[in-house]
Amino acid sequence: MSQKQDEENPAEETGEEKQDTQEKEGILPERAEEAKLKAKYPSLGQKPGGSDFLMKRLQKGVSIISYPLLLESKGILMKSVEQKYFDSGDYNMAKAKMKNKQLPSTGPDKNLVTGDHIPTPQDLPQRKSSLVTSKLAG
Amino acid sequence: MWCFSQVKGAVDDDVAEADIISTVEFNHSGELLATGDKGGRVVIFQQEQENKIQSHSRGEYNVYSTFQSHEPEFDYLKSLEIEEKINKIRWLPQKNAAQFLLSTNDKTIKLWKISERDKRPEGYNLKEEDGRYRDPTTVTTLRVPVFRPMDLMVEASPRRIFANAHTYHINSISINSDYETYLSADDLRINLWHLEITDRSFNIVDIKPANMEELTEVITAAEFHPNSCNTFVYSSSKGTIRLCDMRASALCDRHSKLFEEPEDPSNRSFFSEIISSISDVKFSHSGRYMMTRDYLSVKIWDLNMENRPVETYQVHEYLRSKLCSLYENDCIFDKFECCWNGSDSVVMTGSYNNFFRMFDRNTKRDITLEASRENNKPRTVLKPRKVCASGKRKKDEISVDSLDFNKKILHTAWHPKENIIAVATTNNLYIFQDKVN
Repeated sequence: MSQKQDEENPAEETGEEKQDTQEKEGILPERAEEAKLKAKYPSLGQKPGGSDFLMKRLQKGVSIISYPLLLESKGILMKSVEQKYFDSGDYNMAKAKMKNKQLPSTGPDKNLVTGDHIPTPQDLPQRKSSLVTSKLAG
Repeated sequence: MWCFSQVKGAVDDDVAEADIISTVEFNHSGELLATGDKGGRVVIFQQEQENKIQSHSRGEYNVYSTFQSHEPEFDYLKSLEIEEKINKIRWLPQKNAAQFLLSTNDKTIKLWKISERDKRPEGYNLKEEDGRYRDPTTVTTLRVPVFRPMDLMVEASPRRIFANAHTYHINSISINSDYETYLSADDLRINLWHLEITDRSFNIVDIKPANMEELTEVITAAEFHPNSCNTFVYSSSKGTIRLCDMRASALCDRHSKLFEEPEDPSNRSFFSEIISSISDVKFSHSGRYMMTRDYLSVKIWDLNMENRPVETYQVHEYLRSKLCSLYENDCIFDKFECCWNGSDSVVMTGSYNNFFRMFDRNTKRDITLEASRENNKPRTVLKPRKVCASGKRKKDEISVDSLDFNKKILHTAWHPKENIIAVATTNNLYIFQDKVN
């Protein structure tokens, strides 16, 4: 008799615990989403010197958002960042490298990793202002 | 009951980047409506005088003026491109025949004068009508030049350029109620300018930490109080709003009030801080309340109560279970704006799938409408839309998974006096009116 009870009790507890977790996930869809994200990007949440990254973004002139950890772990290169930070040493190194490469016709390749392909003023795309009237006025 | 009135912009789906609308703003009378785009251009529409015969609708908006406000620049020192995208436009109240507005990109604010010219001098003695100079020896009689009417010409000229005051990207400009000064805010600093003085500005807020490693939050929006010329607020990426009084000290780093809703720590998740970031803050016309927009909701705050908002409206709560994918496609960082109607009784904000939402503060009713060319016959009543979060989708409902996240309405504006709204989709501007009868 007592044995049977012992067997029953653990089962009940597990059942309750299960219900509890399910309730939590129901209440917090955010947590479920978080779990999904961590499954895809395991390095998320580890601190890779976050504010260094923020600083880089500040210097690159892109609007800062204070999510350094997240951005880095995304592994996605920052969108719309065409400019690269350089100092004179890097610049000269890159210039030497660049001489051997064919200069891109439409400007720096956005997909290249930073540091390897530092643009010179000559190969930046000539940004002309829109001389075309806005289509809203058409 | 909202009806379609007009739509401006190209029909084609292939949107040129320059045509992306980045700001929409009515002037103080509502007669003029300005838009700015990613290509640095400003287009101003003017409401035509009310047609007494067609009393069932208010005047239509037609193009009044268009000009290139900002051009792309290159900062050689930092090797940075400076985008020409117009981040914000703010109108000055009208003081004389001309109209003035401030427009800003990431780095430079410009004061533009828009003036009308409807007469021109004719009958010069030494010049032909086309401008060529006449040979003085052929002049036999003298005449007095007179002003003759001409076709209306609207000219825009930059009167002031306020440059080199921001290291980071300008996100807001706001004109003070003294109509002499204005503020400009970037990620870490807020500057106070005088409209007449371009070679200097006062820094009034600086949240840049001495050690950049300690940076944890940035300024996301700022606005002057509509009536108190000493008061302004700024919002942060952490979901807080600080109210500052310029009489307290020259540098308003210490806030007078801090508005923050306490968070239940057990609800905290990876996304909590991101979705709490405030993308817009707007005072009510009365100056008693302010509204903030974060990723999922709109909150109304009473300036007398700092510890929580007095009203909270869910814009698209069904997105809470999609945060993972919204993070992956960057939509979670979208910056939605919000606006009040003229009487502060209704607030409006945009969402995805070209939906936009209105919340009536008195009746507590809300409505979801869509900006789409499907209903583009004038005075067609807009049908309310509904998003089905899960489970069985009813007829006419749209499921969360079918929402187009590329069709976002970030910018909306409400006429200061009438029930006319301007809603910007990616590259089109919709104007809707409330049914008059």
